[in-house]
Amino acid sequence: MPIFVDRRLNPKDKSLGNRQRFLKRAREELKRNIRDRIRTGKIADVDSEHAVSMPARGTAEPSFSDAKDSGRRQHILPGNKHFAPGDRVPKPGQGGGGSSPGKTVSEDDFRFVLSREEVLDLFFEDLELPDMVKLNLKEILAFKPRRAGFAATGSPTNINVGRTMRNSHGRRIALRRPKQEELDAIAEQLAILEAEPQSTAPVRQRIAVLREEFERLERRRKRIAYVDPVDIRFNRFDAQPVPNANAVMFCLMDVSGSMGEREKDLAKRFFVLLHLFLKRRYDRTEIVFIRHTHEAQEVDEETFFYNTQSGGTVVSTALEEMHRIIEQRYPSNEWNIYAAQASDGDNFVTDSERCIGLMDGQIMRLCQYFAYVEIIDERESHIFGATDNGTSLWRAYSAVNQRWPNFQMSRIANAADIYPVFRQLFARQPAFQKSA
Amino acid sequence: MANQTSKFGQTGKSGQTSKSGLLFSGSDWDFKTLSRAYEAIEAIAIEELHLDVYPVQMEIISSQQMLDAYSSVGMPLMYRHWSFGKHFLYQELLYRKGGRGLAYELVINSNPCIVYLMEENTMALQALVTAHAAFGHNHFFKNNHLFRQWTDASAILSYLDFAKGYIARCEERHGVAAVEAILDAAHALMEQGVFRYHRPPKLSSERQREGVRERLEYEERSYNDLWRTLPRSKDGTKASETDLGMAERKKTLNLPEENLLYFLEKNSLVLEPWQREIIRIVRVVAQYFYPQRQTQVMNEGCATFVHYTLMNMLFDRGLISEGAMLEILRNHSNVIFQPGFDDPRFSGINPYALGLDMMQDIQRISTEPTAEDRDWFPDIAGNGNWRETLLDAWANHRDESFIRQYLSPALMRKWRFFILADAASEPHYEVASIHNERGYEKIRAGLAHSYDIGSSRPDIQVVDVDLLGDRQLRLEHKVKDGIMLEEANRDATLRHIRTLWGYEVSLAAIDAQTGGTLNERSTSQIGK
Repeated sequence: MPIFVDRRLNPKDKSLGNRQRFLKRAREELKRNIRDRIRTGKIADVDSEHAVSMPARGTAEPSFSDAKDSGRRQHILPGNKHFAPGDRVPKPGQGGGGSSPGKTVSEDDFRFVLSREEVLDLFFEDLELPDMVKLNLKEILAFKPRRAGFAATGSPTNINVGRTMRNSHGRRIALRRPKQEELDAIAEQLAILEAEPQSTAPVRQRIAVLREEFERLERRRKRIAYVDPVDIRFNRFDAQPVPNANAVMFCLMDVSGSMGEREKDLAKRFFVLLHLFLKRRYDRTEIVFIRHTHEAQEVDEETFFYNTQSGGTVVSTALEEMHRIIEQRYPSNEWNIYAAQASDGDNFVTDSERCIGLMDGQIMRLCQYFAYVEIIDERESHIFGATDNGTSLWRAYSAVNQRWPNFQMSRIANAADIYPVFRQLFARQPAFQKSA
Repeated sequence: MANQTSKFGQTGKSGQTSKSGLLFSGSDWDFKTLSRAYEAIEAIAIEELHLDVYPVQMEIISSQQMLDAYSSVGMPLMYRHWSFGKHFLYQELLYRKGGRGLAYELVINSNPCIVYLMEENTMALQALVTAHAAFGHNHFFKNNHLFRQWTDASAILSYLDFAKGYIARCEERHGVAAVEAILDAAHALMEQGVFRYHRPPKLSSERQREGVRERLEYEERSYNDLWRTLPRSKDGTKASETDLGMAERKKTLNLPEENLLYFLEKNSLVLEPWQREIIRIVRVVAQYFYPQRQTQVMNEGCATFVHYTLMNMLFDRGLISEGAMLEILRNHSNVIFQPGFDDPRFSGINPYALGLDMMQDIQRISTEPTAEDRDWFPDIAGNGNWRETLLDAWANHRDESFIRQYLSPALMRKWRFFILADAASEPHYEVASIHNERGYEKIRAGLAHSYDIGSSRPDIQVVDVDLLGDRQLRLEHKVKDGIMLEEANRDATLRHIRTLWGYEVSLAAIDAQTGGTLNERSTSQIGK
């Protein structure tokens, strides 16, 4: 009789530690992979699983092995059909022939799936987000338990006493459970009768009847419990996503010729981060893409990032288009409106004044939050680092920035500069959760 | 196997069989049925096949756990390393895509012998797997001389337990990256980390654990006189002194040394004691698997032969229903499927198929030999005792010698073996021999040779250390038949050796026939 051990309930994922070590090792390559994916994929898709191909560098396992293209060797193969000694067979590549017994699929050439968590980890890496923010973003939508009626099952802490007692009362009435008063009354009569000095036959009979009645009631009381398990009700809670609201995110971008690949890539990451934030806070998040040159139009994501247009730059057209869309489709009492604008800062001089007017007059009042990033050359970053002078749009928005607390602006030269734009947005988070 | 015994004629000897006499019916299994099947199989295995096995421990695992075990080279416990994570992803991918089924079982050469059964298997499969692993492999592990001499079945699990704990502690103390660097380098040299010609010292896990601390402390205290940096004397002719020095040093360092890991563990100047211990762990694991790699055909052949024979005997005795037998046979034929060389599914010779065929052939030769067999195998032809012949083969051979001894012309004809000569300089292959009178010997020798690990893997040895100079470690690769090393891998591996050695390392390719140097590569040429 052998020993049997049932291991099925043993902890699973024994190899999780190895997987983490492996991912850490391949980190650089995976990061590049994810970055490419963000560059080419949709904004909303960042927040999901990704299949990636096996990183080649850093994960090779070298050992001394024979070079296949040197020396003389013999292959002993089965299944000879018509060969005779001395026959010549072309080497593979020309078809047929006996390949040396070996692998068909290389172990270094395959794709595997990264989980959502792992993808976000890689995405966040050079954005330099504070850890708390990372944690917040990775969190799946928060649920808040909300009272939702009563249930017959639940945990003892959730017993609803009022409802339980009401059920118990109703049941006691329906089943005619003898009340304590009835018993007391009989007991009292008995006591009076028994106290009488001479007992006559009718009195004795009466006592016997009462006694029997008393016992019957007592038995009945025992049989019908005061509080029965069927009476018990529990408070029922529903997991309610909070806050239960819709958000729309406007992505505004200058697509004139001066916005190159690098600029668009940075802009995209900026949009992705805002989207991640919104997706976590709101049940339903819509994205509207508005691109502009000297005129603005609403486009789909593909066109937004990949089509270039020629023309000048009139920023106000985009703001007008955004305003129009809000009026038409996203009434501000039903939608939380977020806007993210990316530009290289070029604008017609006269138009900047118009932008200030639009922002102050209409847009900022409708928006929860408006973030503006100006994408600058890395070489310029130290020049523009702190000074207030800059492009015409920058100067115009600086004025807006002073008047509206929900307006944020920043110059970014590389990925690490993106997060500070949102700092305020994320900083408000704890207060928001408390009030919700 | 065409035994015509009526299948209703006999009932099982254990009184527990159900009324129909079957061990089980239907595909569901439970522990009672498993154990009943085990006992029935055990009775036949011991009485009829005279198998001799370690006690068995059967463990039921899920497919997820089977994947876990795959990725850590089939061991139930293993230290942590990223490469196992990589293998896991690969295996998982193949499994998820349905490209490869999981093995139905996994068996660990330990005492007691641990057999993993997958919970998804049907009862018929569980019976098959029990016969295959718990008796076939188990018998082979216990009796084959390679396993008896080279591995220590009773100590391996506790050693791995020690290894896992030790490496985890090192990671805590020295950081994951530092441990990883050593493991990476040591893994690259696993092939060169075994003793091929003399038996390694016996593992003793109890002593092991106690000894570790003492050994490390001792090594930390002691220093090696070999590494004296000052020349001993200034007078005397320099040439003769270096010659003398070299001879002496070779003697002390026991050069040439084929076990690179062993050499580095013992003699590297830069390694800390804990790093040496890690190298030792990798070396012990490599050594443990060394016999397995030399006996693939025999091990799988033995297990397959045993399950096939036992299952047929059970069926003949009426212990297995026809339906279950059909399922067993279907799985059996999947396992021994061998496509021809020109089939797109061909990926080398299937060790299950070759092993089983050879063992059944031995059975045939002992019982119904032809004139040709009597000619080729005078010792065993017609001896009538196939059981003893097989037991003897299982005990005393490895793949190479087994094929050299027992591959019969009949089998070569059945498999239609042929030899393809492959010279890198030629644009085509040439058919050198086929299964005919002139080819039999050559095919047999060639096939046996291809299973000889010693010849199929690069022969690399430590030959010298320049102690008085720049401490360069000199390796030599004996080039046979002009087969060089693959260059990218060679350079990467040399870098790993440099990590362990601490100084430059050079590798000279020496032609085995002429003794001439073909090329020389030093880590100083490679860069980081």
